[in-house]
Amino acid sequence: MAATQVIRSEWTKIRSVASTVWTLSLALVVTVALGMLISALTRSEFDRMGPAAQVSLDPTYTSFAGMSLGQLAVIVFGVLVVSNEYSTGMIRTSLAAVPQRGAFMFGKIAVAAALALVVGMVTSFLSFFLGQAMLGPHRAWIGDPGVLRAVIGGGLYMTLIAMFSMGVAAMLRSPMLSLGILMPFFFLISNILGNVSATKKIGRFLPDQAGSKIMQVLPRAGDDTPYGPWGGLGIMALWVVAALIGGYVLLKRRDA
Amino acid sequence: MIELEGLTKRYGEKLAVNNLTFTVRPGLITGFLGPNGAGKSTTMRMVLGLDHPTRGDVRIDGRHYDRLKDPLKYVGALLDAKAVHGGRTALNHLLCLAQSNGIARSRVHEVLDTVGLTSVARKKTKGFSLGMGQRLGIAAALLGDPRILMFDEPVNGLDPEGIHWIRTLMKSLAAQGRTVFVSSHLMSEMALTADHLVVIGQGRLLADTSMAEFIRQNARSYVRIRTPQREQLLDVLHEAGVTVVESGSGALEVDGDKAELIGELAARHRIVLHELSTQQASLEEAFMQLTAQVVEYHAHTDTLVDTWSRQVPRREWGADWKKGS
Repeated sequence: MAATQVIRSEWTKIRSVASTVWTLSLALVVTVALGMLISALTRSEFDRMGPAAQVSLDPTYTSFAGMSLGQLAVIVFGVLVVSNEYSTGMIRTSLAAVPQRGAFMFGKIAVAAALALVVGMVTSFLSFFLGQAMLGPHRAWIGDPGVLRAVIGGGLYMTLIAMFSMGVAAMLRSPMLSLGILMPFFFLISNILGNVSATKKIGRFLPDQAGSKIMQVLPRAGDDTPYGPWGGLGIMALWVVAALIGGYVLLKRRDA
Repeated sequence: MIELEGLTKRYGEKLAVNNLTFTVRPGLITGFLGPNGAGKSTTMRMVLGLDHPTRGDVRIDGRHYDRLKDPLKYVGALLDAKAVHGGRTALNHLLCLAQSNGIARSRVHEVLDTVGLTSVARKKTKGFSLGMGQRLGIAAALLGDPRILMFDEPVNGLDPEGIHWIRTLMKSLAAQGRTVFVSSHLMSEMALTADHLVVIGQGRLLADTSMAEFIRQNARSYVRIRTPQREQLLDVLHEAGVTVVESGSGALEVDGDKAELIGELAARHRIVLHELSTQQASLEEAFMQLTAQVVEYHAHTDTLVDTWSRQVPRREWGADWKKGS
């Protein structure tokens, strides 16, 4: 069966390069460690926070604070999985072996997304439990309403970020160009657009702004977002689908 | 069998491959010859479905490349030995290719052994020398035990031992009845390996013929004359309407097969000849004659030279060629 052959081949490819290991382990370590740090700081500062802030504290979301930095490593993972093929010239060898470009791209993305899902889930659960441990008396429990959804959502969020990066890298081909666009976008631009009141209404439909809604258990004060946690993740998934279709169309049409 | 029909590739204004029609047959080494930039690599990429033709068609045993199930079992190609991920080991590089085409893992070890890379199988390929990279590329081509093999400039940059190894390998592959299609910009290399020749220049087909036929048709013959009565002979030949060119070493040269005519003229006028011999130009020269008019970066762009009725001294062609390539 051709699809399983491609998947086995892509698994060999992804496990046999060092960048897979270091990007994913960096994503895990940074997300968990930063989440623990912010959770610990929140605990020590809790008594000095105003009563409004105390009431609206979302312990689950606090333990995911490392995600904003950790996702950058996930982006590097997603970009390198695809653009390594182009920067090394391996793409010509790969497409000579699998000339059905749709099958090639689907296989590659399926394998990388599955790996990102596993690492994302581990990261998300570790972030939650270790973060909650740091929060001490202000902690949430996995059985609390909405918490399990948020933690599973954290893993899905990381997977979708990786897939979006793969789609963008498939369109742009160059690793430097892809990273040069995605890193500042997710680290700065999206945050600015999502938090400045003038652009907020548009900014919250950006992939990471909409997707991160799934990790919130308590709504922020004055939150009038027109979608719920799953709606937000759905918006993010639409971005991912768009990026992957764009990548596929260009891969199909271009000379390798 | 590889069949090209009207294959054309245009990049913007430039026609890289222009209406190529020819067939590469099994059991032979077919040399694909042309100067640098003639369109050889583009043609080979289109055979593998990597580049989309602007017009025309190319088929492998009657089918398009992307219609082949497990294509590595039909066609093995070495296009660019550097097209590997340097961070991956040789073994894993071949393994991922094998898995994508349902080829057994044991075959990976076989081809590593064939090309002599077993000892470095678990080394990352970025540490490989040019020759080792070329061997790895050939191992990948052999992986599916394909009936068709395609090599793009396989001896480029190799040492004499490596060149000899590749020549022997190609000959044994053709002797097993496989189709071997190999490109080069060196006629001398083709002369040693190829049975059949396809010559292109600026994307156009210039010749599709057996090696022997190519030599017979394209090698220029000329007559070399040495005489102590040089001035007298020149007068006689001039009167007879024969064009003479002075060669470097004091000899005279006359184009074509005119030894008898010149000998009779000399005898009639009692001119002593020390040498009267028919010479065959080298293969390299035959190739240069064929392609000189279409060499893309021709040194003499201001004078379009018609090589078939050429008036320039012979040595000039080599000089042209070196500048041009």
